[in-house]
Amino acid sequence: MDATPHPGLATAETAAPPARRAGGGWLVGLLLPLGLACAWELAVRAGLAQGRLVPPPSRILDTLRALAVTGELWTHVLASLTRVAAGFAFGAVAGIALGAVTGTLPLARRLLDPSLQALRAIPSIAWVPLFILWFGIFEASKITLIAVGVFFPVYLGVAGAIASVDRKLVEVGRVFRLSRPALARRILLPAVLPATLVALRTGLGLGFMFVAAAELLGASEGLGYLLLDGQQLGKPEQIVAAIIAFAAVGKLCDAALVALTRPLVRWQDTVREAL
Amino acid sequence: MLVLDRLSKTYADGTRALQDISLSVRGAEIVALVGGSGCGKTTLLRLVAGLDVATGGRISLDGEAITAPHPGVGIVFQEPRLLPWLTVAGNVAFGLDALPARERRERVAHALDRVGLADHAGRWPRELSGGQQQRVAIARAFVAAPKVLLLDEPFSALDAFTRADLHRHLLALWAESRPTVLIVTHDVAEAVALADRAVVLRPKPGRIDDTVPLPLSRPRQPTSPGSEAAVRAILASLDRSLRPPGETPERADAALWW
Repeated sequence: MDATPHPGLATAETAAPPARRAGGGWLVGLLLPLGLACAWELAVRAGLAQGRLVPPPSRILDTLRALAVTGELWTHVLASLTRVAAGFAFGAVAGIALGAVTGTLPLARRLLDPSLQALRAIPSIAWVPLFILWFGIFEASKITLIAVGVFFPVYLGVAGAIASVDRKLVEVGRVFRLSRPALARRILLPAVLPATLVALRTGLGLGFMFVAAAELLGASEGLGYLLLDGQQLGKPEQIVAAIIAFAAVGKLCDAALVALTRPLVRWQDTVREAL
Repeated sequence: MLVLDRLSKTYADGTRALQDISLSVRGAEIVALVGGSGCGKTTLLRLVAGLDVATGGRISLDGEAITAPHPGVGIVFQEPRLLPWLTVAGNVAFGLDALPARERRERVAHALDRVGLADHAGRWPRELSGGQQQRVAIARAFVAAPKVLLLDEPFSALDAFTRADLHRHLLALWAESRPTVLIVTHDVAEAVALADRAVVLRPKPGRIDDTVPLPLSRPRQPTSPGSEAAVRAILASLDRSLRPPGETPERADAALWW
């Protein structure tokens, strides 16, 4: 968050209370999950509950620690991350390229958009059998599935952003006689950047959703494999540990994407902070 | 010299926005276009800016026909239309890409100084007030040193104080390079404060109804007898322009309709 957006306005009285309230709100949010975790831990320790199907937090943490110490956790995290990275790269590049083409060329929109919208109506998981037939059971089919999942939100976001560029700003470019490439670079690109970044974040989130799906459907490593392995061996603490690892990795990747792209949109109003 | 020769504009839906507009504007002259809503004032400016194409007649600047945006014509829109991703200085420099960096910086600094925003060069547009944003837009148009500057009700969204202030800034910039200025306004006092001549338009379709010369010395006082007489003359003319032809002229308060 921008600490001093308006040096002249940020007097002690106006700046301090919201900051304190925001910090307090964050802590209040932790109260419920931490309270429940502690209560469950105590209940299991006191013998009030077995904790076999719903393991107490201490056992989950032990499992996580054990997985981390043996290095197994990092192997799985790395495997999942590699798949998401590859799928995200393919899906995002294709989404941006096709979104830009259909957003700027009316003919391309009429030609391509209906087919793409029809494909979008297919639940992405429904492709899995076909992808396995086409690309085999190893990496290629998984990465394709993730790429498909990432593609649609990015495509929609970019095409929509281009369609909603303010005609009035485009006219400013025309008044200064910008060529078409210059108009694209100096007006369209910066104008669509914020919406594109939001679309990329959505795409990244879906990338994690589909990596879990792909790995559940058959993998020898990855956090999704850890989930499935826990189910088959009857180790719920391993499943929960994998879920926690998924959440942490996903959040970190999202934060990294935001941090990397923030300098590009620092001109924006604070709306972005609220996302 | 900017010449509009029997200019007409009919939109695709059949709306006749302008009909047979003929007008010659000398270099350095300030002409105010006044008229009720829907008389094609904005359409006229967009044609001169080259943003729209006329359906009939021609526009020429020093003998050169204008059919597309022309380097000698600058425009300030009703809204500031600043690019939110550029700083104030970046916005003012927007049209100066062809210049070497040093000259660009000097021109931008000078223009910002002239509109009283030298301290705000590094700010984002969103941090400025409406009046300040419109000053940036005026500076952006002026740094490109246009021969003709078009202003489309640039001050209509501002309060009276800010407006008077902007009139001052505008005239200061005008005095430096003395471009031809065409300003659309529905504020008669604004026309009298700025222009050498007020052209009154009549609606449906838009055409020139009357021309009121404003031979007042500058700087002008809005309360001076000369200014007040000029305001009355334009109001009377506007009133006439809005009455359907044939109706007997009766005493009507011209100030009522806007």
